[in-house]
Amino acid sequence: MITATATEKETKNYLNAEHGLKSWLLTQDHKRIAILYLIAVSVFFMVGGLMAVLIRLELATPAGDLLDSNTYNKVFTMHGVVMIFFFLIPSIPAILGNFLLPLMIGAKDLAFPRINLLSWYVYMLGGLFGVFVLITGGVDTGWTFYTPFSTTYSNGYVVMTAMAAFINGFSSILTGLNFIVTVHRMRAPGLTWFRLPLFVWAHYATSVIMILGTPVIAVTLFLLMLERGLHIGFFDPAYGGDPVLFQHLFWFYSHPAVYIMILPSMGVVSEVISTFCSKKPFGYTFIAFSSLAIAVFGFLVWGHHLYVSSQSAYAGMVFSILSYIVAIPSAVKVFNWAATMYKGNVRLETPMLYALGFIGLFTIGGLTGLFLAAMGLDVHLTDTYFVVAHFHYVMVGGAVMGYLAGLHFWWPKMFGRMYPQAWSKIAAGLTFVGFNLTFFPQFILGYLGMPRRYHVYPPEFQVFNVLSSAGASILGLGFLIPGIYFFWSLKNGEPAGPNPWGATGLEWQTASPPPTENFPITPVVTAEAYDYTEILSANAKEVTHVG
Amino acid sequence: MASESAAVASHNAHAHPGYGEVRHHFESYEQQKDASTIGMWVFLLTEIMFFGGMFMAYFVYRQWYPTAFASASLKTNLWLGAFNTTVLICSSLTMAMAVHSASLGKRLLLVGFLIATLVLGGAFLGVKAYEYHDKWEHHEIPGEHFECEGCADAGHTPLFFALYFGMTGLHASHMIIGFGILVVLIWQAYKGKFSAKWYTPIELFGLYWHFVDVVWIFLFPLLYLIDRSGQGGLH
Amino acid sequence: MAGNSKHDEHHIVPVSVYLAVFFTLIALTWVTAWISTVDLGPLNIYVALSIAIFKASLVVLFFMHIKYGTRLTKMIVGAGLFWLALLLFIVMIDIGTRNWIGVPGR
Repeated sequence: MITATATEKETKNYLNAEHGLKSWLLTQDHKRIAILYLIAVSVFFMVGGLMAVLIRLELATPAGDLLDSNTYNKVFTMHGVVMIFFFLIPSIPAILGNFLLPLMIGAKDLAFPRINLLSWYVYMLGGLFGVFVLITGGVDTGWTFYTPFSTTYSNGYVVMTAMAAFINGFSSILTGLNFIVTVHRMRAPGLTWFRLPLFVWAHYATSVIMILGTPVIAVTLFLLMLERGLHIGFFDPAYGGDPVLFQHLFWFYSHPAVYIMILPSMGVVSEVISTFCSKKPFGYTFIAFSSLAIAVFGFLVWGHHLYVSSQSAYAGMVFSILSYIVAIPSAVKVFNWAATMYKGNVRLETPMLYALGFIGLFTIGGLTGLFLAAMGLDVHLTDTYFVVAHFHYVMVGGAVMGYLAGLHFWWPKMFGRMYPQAWSKIAAGLTFVGFNLTFFPQFILGYLGMPRRYHVYPPEFQVFNVLSSAGASILGLGFLIPGIYFFWSLKNGEPAGPNPWGATGLEWQTASPPPTENFPITPVVTAEAYDYTEILSANAKEVTHVG
Repeated sequence: MASESAAVASHNAHAHPGYGEVRHHFESYEQQKDASTIGMWVFLLTEIMFFGGMFMAYFVYRQWYPTAFASASLKTNLWLGAFNTTVLICSSLTMAMAVHSASLGKRLLLVGFLIATLVLGGAFLGVKAYEYHDKWEHHEIPGEHFECEGCADAGHTPLFFALYFGMTGLHASHMIIGFGILVVLIWQAYKGKFSAKWYTPIELFGLYWHFVDVVWIFLFPLLYLIDRSGQGGLH
Repeated sequence: MAGNSKHDEHHIVPVSVYLAVFFTLIALTWVTAWISTVDLGPLNIYVALSIAIFKASLVVLFFMHIKYGTRLTKMIVGAGLFWLALLLFIVMIDIGTRNWIGVPGR
């Protein structure tokens, strides 16, 4: 695939090029910044996970015996804020994207390394505000900050929390800006747009959303802070302001933000499936363009969050139709992945298990999204556990599964070590089973009418809630095990070698872990992406040797 | 794509004479400059959306409460607004001339135009501060002591003033940030950091400064001019 | 790298162009201020906004060099305008049709 072959240099790589805390905190190497993000994001994932544990413990019984209603409100709000703003949105782009984008396009770094480092510090500053709120007493608005509750009635630290999300937004803008310029200007010679890995296409589309959507949530939160802090009413009905306008502005970002979370996962899954089938993805151009289509159409559908607000019913109809349209590019991807696997020699390695899990769970999440996009049905289902189940199928079943697939896929590249295969397959299985046990009962609960965001519920709902809490503990175990063996593998794992999976792509041509400059010589690309002929023929030779 | 071929690929440019520094991860000066320019434009794209949210709020509320907006906008001073617009356009011209001088490598001219831009920007902020003070004196700041003397539909006028302060405040904060960057650039230009071959920071700052000007070009009619005539002309 | 390096021979805009744009902008500023005092009925706002759009286009095209820019920078500007229009237009679908159903609560 490339003419410049990477020479194996085990000794010097980005991890041991420099030593000491300062060399990490002031690094401009995209790979090291990715590791900084990995650590920070993992910490926030654990914080958000702890909140989830509290929620599921409370809901194991119908009575409010663990948390009172105020505390419960604060716990689910922090769960949402931390998981969305500090885990899901930065997870794949800022960790895997940061690490891989330059490698995949044969560049030495992102276009703006200093801005890349700045984005991490901005993220940490936002995180600091978040932690401050957490320690000092929390906030009870839900992650959506709906007015007028958030501006007038809430007793929590609304301004602080909004500030955390506001600052964090700039980190995401900086990452998106960096990715866009990098993809436009840093590609290796010969690497045309249609030779780019699908992971890069997905990240480009994600960056477009980050660039165009995030500023709107920033200004919305800015207005919210002004209104709450200085009592200037932008959305205050007392002056004729419109709380629904807040929801419009909020969801103009926050609906596309769902695609910020899911698109990178789709990119990961495209890579993983292609690699473990040793086949070029079926319909490469369709998958590439469907990423862009999702990015664009994703901006047209936000009003389906407002069906039961005082939004015009006619606008609701328009949003309903548009919401159906956004399902098309998502379905295109699912069909193409299925077609890639069809008659392929599928190897069920750990990343592939997660990717398969992704396809199934994302499909359920997406299809139930269509239920909710139907205006009439949504009136019944709004703010029930059906919605909770739906978006967890997309965010955990989709985004997190994709994240874990990617982490397992590129871990050997990032640290040069393999993790134990048996354990990782067990963890993948536990995650899948635990996830479904946690969230499938919630579909039924929601359909039966259990509302979200309450800490008590009628006793007849207990069976499903107990199932869900039991599933959550399995899911928690499924997340815990990788944490342990990833740590273990750092010192004790088998050395991985440059290309443990038999994957194509420039990142597999350089050493694992890669040297600081990524490639000893800038690679020149002469062929399409996903050209497995060399790898397959090399494998065939090995087989004949053995035979 | 990728017309810079293997010949370029293998060379690892660092110090081009007169080109400033080419950072290690770029193959060439052109690539670095190009990347910076695109980066700035993408940043301005986010700025469009950032201001866009407020413009949307403005359009919605103006459509609902035209009377309140019209009578509240009479409280702004048309001629101060027009004067300030003129000042800002002048600063845009001096900024464009600064970039022009930089591209010709004229150091002192560059410094001079940058200082002129700084002075004009300062003048704009000064007038703005005077206008804010005036609003303060007249209790036209939304809040407990708000009043809008002689306004029609006065109950909805706080929305206009909230947007007035929100939008001009956000605009002014961009000016203040620009002011700070300008000071640094003037110092660097004076020290001779830029040359005819390399003046990217000047060019990028110019884009930012003009963008801030463009925002004001829309704020001026929306906040000062709307429906002024229908309400009895000048004040 | 996608570099056809033609945009590197950066276009130096003659000072006369800058001056022409500048005087047009100044003139239009005072014209729009003056016209706002003349009662054109509902047209006032359209005149004011048209002049503003024209002025902004001059700044973007000449002061910001978009007229001489690459296709990519033009696309970025276009994307910005398109998305801003999306935001404004789609919200107006709601705002404009809310009263069609006689349901209280606007």
